[in-house]
Parts: sequence; C-alpha cells; structure tokens
Amino acid sequence: MELMRASLDHCVKCTICETYCPVSNATQLFPGPKYVGPQAERFRIGDISPDASLDYCSGCGICTQVCPQGVKIAEINSQARSLLKETKGVRLRDKIIARPAVGGRLATPVAPVANWVLQNRPIRRVIERAIGIHRSAPLPRFAGRTFQRWARKHRGPAATKSVVYFHGCGANYFEPRLGEMTVGVLEHNGFEVIVPKQDCCGLPLQSNGLFDAARGYVRRLAAALAPYARRGLPIVSSSTSCGLMLKREAREILEVEDDDLQVVSEHMYDICEFLMMLHDEGELKTDLGSLPLTVPYHAPCQQKGHGIGSPALDLFGLIPELKVVEQIAECCGIAGTYGVKKEKYGIAMDVGETLFQGVKAADPDVAACDSETCRWHIEHATGVRTVHPVELLHRAYALDLRAGASRG
Amino acid sequence: MTFDCVVIGAGLAGMTAGVRIAEGGARVAVIAKGVGSLHLGGATIDVLGYAPEPVDSPRAALDDFIAANPDHPYARVGTNAVSGSIEWLRDHLPEIGFVGDLDANLQLPTAVGVAKPSAVVPRSMAAGDLRAGGDFVIVGLEPLKDFYPAYCADNLAVAPLTNGGSLRARAISIAPPVAGEADVSPLGLARRLGDPETRKEIIRTISNRLEPGETVGMPAVLGVDDSPAVWTDLSESLGTGVFEIPTLPPSVPGIRVFRKLLSLLRSAGGRLLVGPEVLGMEAEGGRVTAVKVDTSTRIVEYRAAEFLLASGGVSAGGIKLGSDWRFVESVLGLPVALAPEPGGERFLPDYFGEQPAARAGVAVDDALRAVDSEGNVIYENVRVAGATIAGSEPWREKSGNGIALATGLAAADEILESVKGGD
Repeated sequence: MELMRASLDHCVKCTICETYCPVSNATQLFPGPKYVGPQAERFRIGDISPDASLDYCSGCGICTQVCPQGVKIAEINSQARSLLKETKGVRLRDKIIARPAVGGRLATPVAPVANWVLQNRPIRRVIERAIGIHRSAPLPRFAGRTFQRWARKHRGPAATKSVVYFHGCGANYFEPRLGEMTVGVLEHNGFEVIVPKQDCCGLPLQSNGLFDAARGYVRRLAAALAPYARRGLPIVSSSTSCGLMLKREAREILEVEDDDLQVVSEHMYDICEFLMMLHDEGELKTDLGSLPLTVPYHAPCQQKGHGIGSPALDLFGLIPELKVVEQIAECCGIAGTYGVKKEKYGIAMDVGETLFQGVKAADPDVAACDSETCRWHIEHATGVRTVHPVELLHRAYALDLRAGASRG
Repeated sequence: MTFDCVVIGAGLAGMTAGVRIAEGGARVAVIAKGVGSLHLGGATIDVLGYAPEPVDSPRAALDDFIAANPDHPYARVGTNAVSGSIEWLRDHLPEIGFVGDLDANLQLPTAVGVAKPSAVVPRSMAAGDLRAGGDFVIVGLEPLKDFYPAYCADNLAVAPLTNGGSLRARAISIAPPVAGEADVSPLGLARRLGDPETRKEIIRTISNRLEPGETVGMPAVLGVDDSPAVWTDLSESLGTGVFEIPTLPPSVPGIRVFRKLLSLLRSAGGRLLVGPEVLGMEAEGGRVTAVKVDTSTRIVEYRAAEFLLASGGVSAGGIKLGSDWRFVESVLGLPVALAPEPGGERFLPDYFGEQPAARAGVAVDDALRAVDSEGNVIYENVRVAGATIAGSEPWREKSGNGIALATGLAAADEILESVKGGD
C-alpha cells in the first residue's frame, strides 16, 4: 500500500484524470478519480473510505495512464475499494461473478441448459431481482467443451522453439476456438505450444474487492507457470486483462510479493506484443493473404495498461487489403464484471456509447478487440461480431485451409 | 520496436511535430508519461507579449528581440519559422478556426479580467479582444467553480486601454439546467452545451438579460468536438459577439486542440503511447540508438533514426532541480544550460521578476540539436523542442505556445530531411 500511496504526493490537482475518466463523464454517481483517489485517500488512514461512491469506479485504469505526474490513482482506488468491501461486506452476486472458473467447471457439462437459462428473459428477470445481475447484461455462452481438453489431445507439428500459453478462463470455457487459433498462429510460426494446467488468475476477484481470494488464485497460477518461466520460456496470453494481472496488477494492487509471480511476470507477453516482437526480429511469417474487410479496432483499457503501444494495429498492417478503423473512444464500459451488475449496467452502456457509435459508423464486417468481456459487451451493444486480433491473423494465414489440406 | 522517429512528450510541441513527421511519410511514435499540457492551457498561441515592454506587433518586434536575446529559442529558428508555424496550425485545424497573425497582438481577458496579449487565438475567443474597448457582459455559469464573473468584469472595467477607447463590463450569473450535480468541471459543462435543448435554455436566459450592444463573454465551455456549431449557435441566437474565456484546468479549448492533433496523427499513421515513461537511452558513436521505455514489467527499447525531446520545462517535469541543487534534464540526462551555479541564488523574492533559474533548459544549435556548454552537438540525432529548450521566460514573455509550435515544427522539418537523406 505504501508504494502506491507514496505517489499521492505527486498529484498537482491538474484534473487530467477527471477529464479522461469514462465513468464520471457518464454518471453523477461517481465523482471522479481525483476526488475518490488522491483527495479522499488523505482521510483513509487505517480506516474505511469517507464515502461509498468509490464503489462506482470501474477500475479501468485510464486515470493512471493519463496522469502526467505518475500518480497511481487506479491502484489506490482499487485498494481502497477492497477495504470498503471488507468493512461493508461483499454481495453474494459479486462472489459468484468473480469466479468464472467455478462457473465454467459447473456449467460446461450442462452447457445447453446453462445457456438456455442465462438467455431466458423471464429467468433473467428473476436472477436480476434475486441477486442483482442486470437482465440485459451480456453474459457469455458456455462452449460446452474446454480448451484444456482440446489442448491435451492436440499434437502440433515438430518445432525447435517453445512458448507457454496462458489461455485464461475466457478461452477455456467460453471461447475455446480463440485458444485453438492462438495455438495455430504460434505453431505456424514454428513454436511448440505448451499448455500447462491452469486456473483463474484472480482478476475478477480483485476487481470485486475480494483481495484475499484473488491472492490465493494468482499465487497458484504463478506457481503453475513459474517452472516454465525459470527455464526461460516466454509465456503468452490472449486474454489481455489476465496477462496484465500477472505482469503488474497482482504486484501493484494485491501487493503479492512472490518469487514465482516475479519470474512469471518477467516472461509474460500479450499475444500481439509477442507476435510483433517476433516481427521486429524478422521471425514472424508474413505469408498473410488478403482480407478485404473493414474492421473497427478498439484497444481496451487493460491492453493500454500494458504500456506496449498498439501491436494489434501493427499486425493488422501486415494483412493486405485489411481496412482498420482505430477507435478514439477510451472505454467500452463493461470493465470486466462491472457492467453486468444491475446498478451499473446503464452506466456501462452510457460509457460505451461513443465506441458503439464509432463501431457502427464504420459499417464493418467484424470488429476487433483484445479483451473478452469488452468483445461481448461491444457485440451486445452493436450487434457487430467482435473478435480477438488473433482471429484475423489466423484467417489471413488461412490456417483452417492449410490444416484441411494437410489432413487431406 | 523500430521507428523513423520517437518523440518524447505529447504537449503542443510533441504533438505538432508528431503530426508533421507522420504526414511527411516517416514512421513516428509519440511517447508520453501522461497526456500533455494542452489539457491545462488556454490554446491561444502567444508568440511574444512582452519584450519586456508590451509588444503590439510580434512581427515588428521579433527581429530586435532575437538580436537582444541570442540564447532564446526564437533565435534558433528565426521569425520566418515562427510565422510559418502559425500558418501550418491554421491550415491543419480549420475547425478551431485560428484567427490573428504576427502583425498584431490581440488583448484577451483572462478569467480574472486581466488583458493578455496573444497573436493567434481560436475563433471562439476573438470577440473578446479588448483593444478597441466596448461593452461586455461576463456570464458566469453557477455550477462552475473557479469562474467568478464579477471578479472578471470588475477588473476588466478598470483595465487600462492602450488605444484610448472606453470599456465597460458587467457580470451576470445564470443557472444552466444541470440539476443535482455537486461538482461540475468545465469539460462536463462543455459536453452539456453540446445538447441543443440545454443550449436553448441558456440562450433564452442570457437573451433576457442582455442589453443592446453588449458582447458576451463566457467561460470556455462552448462544446467539445462540436464547438464550432455551439459557438455559432450562441452568436447567431444572441445576435452579438460571443467569446470564450479560458478557465482553470481542465481547459476545454486545449482539449479540442489535442483531440484534433491526435486525430491527425492517427490518420497519418503515427502512434501515441500514453502512460509508459521513457527512462533513458542507449547511445553509440555519437548517436542515440534507442530510448528505454518502462512497460508494465519490462524495459523495452524503442529504436529510431531520430529522437525529439519535447518533455516540457520545469512545470512539466522535463527539467528538474535535484536535491544537490543541480538542474537536470530528466529523460535523457542532457546538460542543462543557463542554470544558476550550484550554491548561487536560484530564486528572488520578487515573484514576477526575472528569476535566475527561469531560463534553465537544454541549449540547442540552429538545427535544434542538443549542445553542450562549448556549443558542440551531443548526439547527431537528438533534437529538442518546446519548453525543454533553454533561454526563454514564457510566463513573462507570453511566448510558451509560440515557442512550442515554432520549434516543434522546425525540429520536425530537420528530422524529415534527415530521415529522407538517410534513405
């Protein structure tokens, strides 16, 4: 806590964070990052927050990124929110939605039923009344199979170099095709892809203020990945927010000091970052076919939190005929589990309005975004199918066709 | 990461340079620790207001000023570059509609009702020119803290007029329909003024209290991206001149300029990275080969043929005073010129006087490359723009944005020439 708090003194009250805060710009219920952060923090010496409006912070992290003075506003607010929850208690709903892996394990065998229940409007109204998940909020569909299961059976081509894949809960339970495409792209570039057994990184628990549980998850995940990192193997993630959790947030927000986490974070790469690094070294295959598509691209807040620029845009630049429309909107509004909550769904829709308009205005074939919950939210709000950048790369490499050809 | 040019800093100097370099066909990344000072300043281009006597025409004064101040950034680029940079800005941001030129300074009111000389100003501010006098009504918006219309109007009413005209000013305060809000920022209000219904209500209230012949001054919250339409609507509906007065931060006029420049940068293929800090550099054989950028867990090298340092001066942290009383350039560690000797007097009691440390910064040659105390170029491919350059006192001269714009674009030209020459 002291490391983050020390940055408070650098605040000059310039209000740049407030200018960029997507939430305070959309609702009067949140007074803004400067107010609940550097200002209110002075009243939080070993005690709870002076007011509960802090809970309306979505944790997107934009305030920290835009602060010219280096104040860790988002991190301070996350920690204060956890303290607030400790004293005021955490709702049952938040405990449920913060554990996607538990839900995934329970629902996967009965996916058709689970999906029917979660898409059924009368039932959703009951769920909303009972626990406060908004009836219209975009909930992902269970795939009915796991990526882990596919990976255990999958045999890749012979390779001379190896990479470790941290797929996250999203790819495991909801988007196993994304996991398969990520493996396909990496294998096409000459890698053996190692998929260790892995569980949730704890990020949804962290953003719901359940720090102790989050620490348990992230430590276990770090322990599972650390042996590979110690061998010097790079670890890539197609879930940009979960990758950021391992890179930085577990250390800065949860204050986990752990040798396993340290070595894992040093070897952690966002998938697009990793692929562009290969390209920089002349090692990325550029046998990419044309994709005559118009694609609005939204760099999600957590992707920007990596501080790696926009490698997805660089990758898109390698695909002939692909027309990419970079979105200027800062945030889609969902912020992980924030926008599925009954009292916050409307805010999440308002926050994303600029982005939704931008996506629709592009009259696109598909949209692209690095983060799973943001993709689901954009798709829900615009009706435009929204994919991870890797999917476009996979198509441009024509990997499905190649796989078919090699089988045939 | 490899680029033709890496620009450090996203203020007016860094952003305009980034746009020019990108439009010139080079691959450019602008890297900034946070978003820049455009969000804080008033977006007027103040070229030269005091030298130190009041300047009526920057064009007429600049040559003498340069001769008298050979260490000044304007002396490095010359009057023509200053003039050309303003034309560039006017052409590139037609929505802002910059008016004025180097021939004559306008005198615009600040939020506390003091006349400030600016050469070029957004169209939405021009009707506030005090030189010819006139009847002004300053309209306060009640939820907006830190803008006191009576304070502004009372000071304006007693402001000395150089042209001998007469100036009258009075204040009114109105309550726009923003019910239920405790804390409204200028940006929040500006967004609401984009709403035609809110605007109609405001126009009606002002109309009722407007007297014939009065020009209307308002805090600078007349829309964000839609500001031309908002300002036109207010001017036409009220049937008189309407002008914006820059507020305390956040500065909506500055944000408009930043957003336009960012959009130009992106359409020209340039990149902006906000958040990661540049920690230092790698150099070899008199050239910088890469800057080291702090990403979330790793230091990543951004390699480039050319580098532009536009990290700001003391107020932005580009120049720092160490605990050992030495001034340092905080990003690349370049030597700081015109700083007081360690142990010497750094600050004088007269706040507005000429402070010993005021001109501290990085000295540059005519190609805006950083030079050492002997005048030798330190790195062939490191240029400096804006407030990081030594030799100016922008707050006394009223020259900050003028210097940022002229040196940013001049550096961009040098960089483009060098990148193209290297091909």
